[in-house]
Amino acid sequence: MSAEALPASGRLSATFGRLFVHQLRGEQRVFWRNREAAFFIFLFPLLLFLLLGSVYSGRIYGVPAAQALLAGLIGYGCANTAFAGLAIQLVLRRENGILKRLRSTPLPPATYIASLLVSTLVVFALQTIALFLLGAALYGTPFPSKVASLAATIVIGSAAFAALGASTAAVIRSSEGSSAVVNFILLPMAFLSGAFGPTLHYPPVLRAIGDVLPLKYYIELVNAVYLHNEALWSRPWALAVLCAWGVGGLVFALLRFRWEPYGT
Amino acid sequence: MTAIAVSGLRKSYGDLAAVRGIDFEIEEGEVFGLLGPNGAGKTTTVEILEGYRSRDAGELTVLGHDPERPGADFRERIGVVLQQSQLWQNLTVRETHAMFAGYYRRPRDVDEVIALVGLDEKRDARVKSLSGGQKRRLDLGIALVGDPDLVFLDEPTTGFDPAARRAAWQMIRSLRSLGKTVLLTTHYLDEAEQLADRVAVMRDGHIVRVGTPQELTTTELQTEIRYRRDGADVVVRTDEPTRELARLTAEAVARGEELDGLEVRRPTLEEVYLALTREQSETGE
Repeated sequence: MSAEALPASGRLSATFGRLFVHQLRGEQRVFWRNREAAFFIFLFPLLLFLLLGSVYSGRIYGVPAAQALLAGLIGYGCANTAFAGLAIQLVLRRENGILKRLRSTPLPPATYIASLLVSTLVVFALQTIALFLLGAALYGTPFPSKVASLAATIVIGSAAFAALGASTAAVIRSSEGSSAVVNFILLPMAFLSGAFGPTLHYPPVLRAIGDVLPLKYYIELVNAVYLHNEALWSRPWALAVLCAWGVGGLVFALLRFRWEPYGT
Repeated sequence: MTAIAVSGLRKSYGDLAAVRGIDFEIEEGEVFGLLGPNGAGKTTTVEILEGYRSRDAGELTVLGHDPERPGADFRERIGVVLQQSQLWQNLTVRETHAMFAGYYRRPRDVDEVIALVGLDEKRDARVKSLSGGQKRRLDLGIALVGDPDLVFLDEPTTGFDPAARRAAWQMIRSLRSLGKTVLLTTHYLDEAEQLADRVAVMRDGHIVRVGTPQELTTTELQTEIRYRRDGADVVVRTDEPTRELARLTAEAVARGEELDGLEVRRPTLEEVYLALTREQSETGE
């Protein structure tokens, strides 16, 4: 059926679908073509899993240590890809003028942002699968039994961290410093949220800081679903905090987002 | 048909008045040059027309649209070359063109556009490996790939070596033969003179003159007659070069003298331009 044969609303959504798929394919090509970014964003959590998995032994949270670490790294990977990766990419694209250039094309902003988010999600979903395969092969970790709940957790978490990534991009003014700023936020957050191991023996001050961070609640959800085979909604409080961070990030990003470079 | 109509356009950034009430019209198929020094308001004007900026005052239509509230097909019909922009460094020339072609309902053939901007041999090269001039041609290619009716070129040849500039000029002339309307900004006089059907000279947010390059050079300044007498240069400026020259030569012939180094010259666009912009700054605007 040709586009002309569709009613107006159908044509609109057909256009959205076509542009979305076109842009998503382009974003995937751009991501994988940049070897350095692909290496750090995709392989780094896998590497951390290998390192931490060989250090920790015994049981954490009542499950084998490797399994608990795997859940933590699904948390770290999500923040690394959706928050850090997206923030750095958005700053870079804004400062080098790609965003401004795209604004003058018929590609709608919503389609562009949606394809960027889904592209990020594709990368992270592949990473999660790779983590499970690696864990199963090296440390005998089980595959998740609540697959739908885990998938929903990952989608919600990625969306929340992507919104926070877009917010962070809006306050970073130059591409030179973006990677440092983003990692300055990401690494302490991951550490304080228990992505690299349990925080039970941390000083109370550090645990209190961790208690307000979104990554802690995302990891709590992953732990519940993957380690304890609970449904996603068995932790409504954690889900609510994560969603609140996401909505806050989205509102801030919408208010402060800019297409044009700050630099001259 | 009028492609662009602007009247009373104003724009300030805080205390800085970048555009202070300008009027002009551009016909379909015309190559129109906005000429002026840096800071004259050219880029602000163009970015308002492209839909990037809002205006403080003035009436504006671009292809029948108000760029601040453009209809669905506005962006289908314009092509933009920004003053500075980079693209995805790791895509090839062809992939980059195909990426942009996908945004338009009726794009031109990608390979045809690549050939038009002279990047055939770089088709499969990554963007990051291109020279400055080649990147600028890529910018032009992706501006043309949607088959726009109106093309905005903001300082398309700044930083080019002379050979690259000639090549770019050739390409811009080919846009005219395709029937495109072109709005070109430049601070190079020769570029405006070579390419534009009409030129608007901007200074301090005003348009100080509009006309064809010929009109600007024939009406603005007096013709200059130079010769040497007793070892010194003599310069006569006149609105009536024929009469003045006849008088000078008649006198010389009567005296039995030769007018050494006799030369009659029309002012160049450069002299007109400098005179216009000097006149403006002397009035304290």
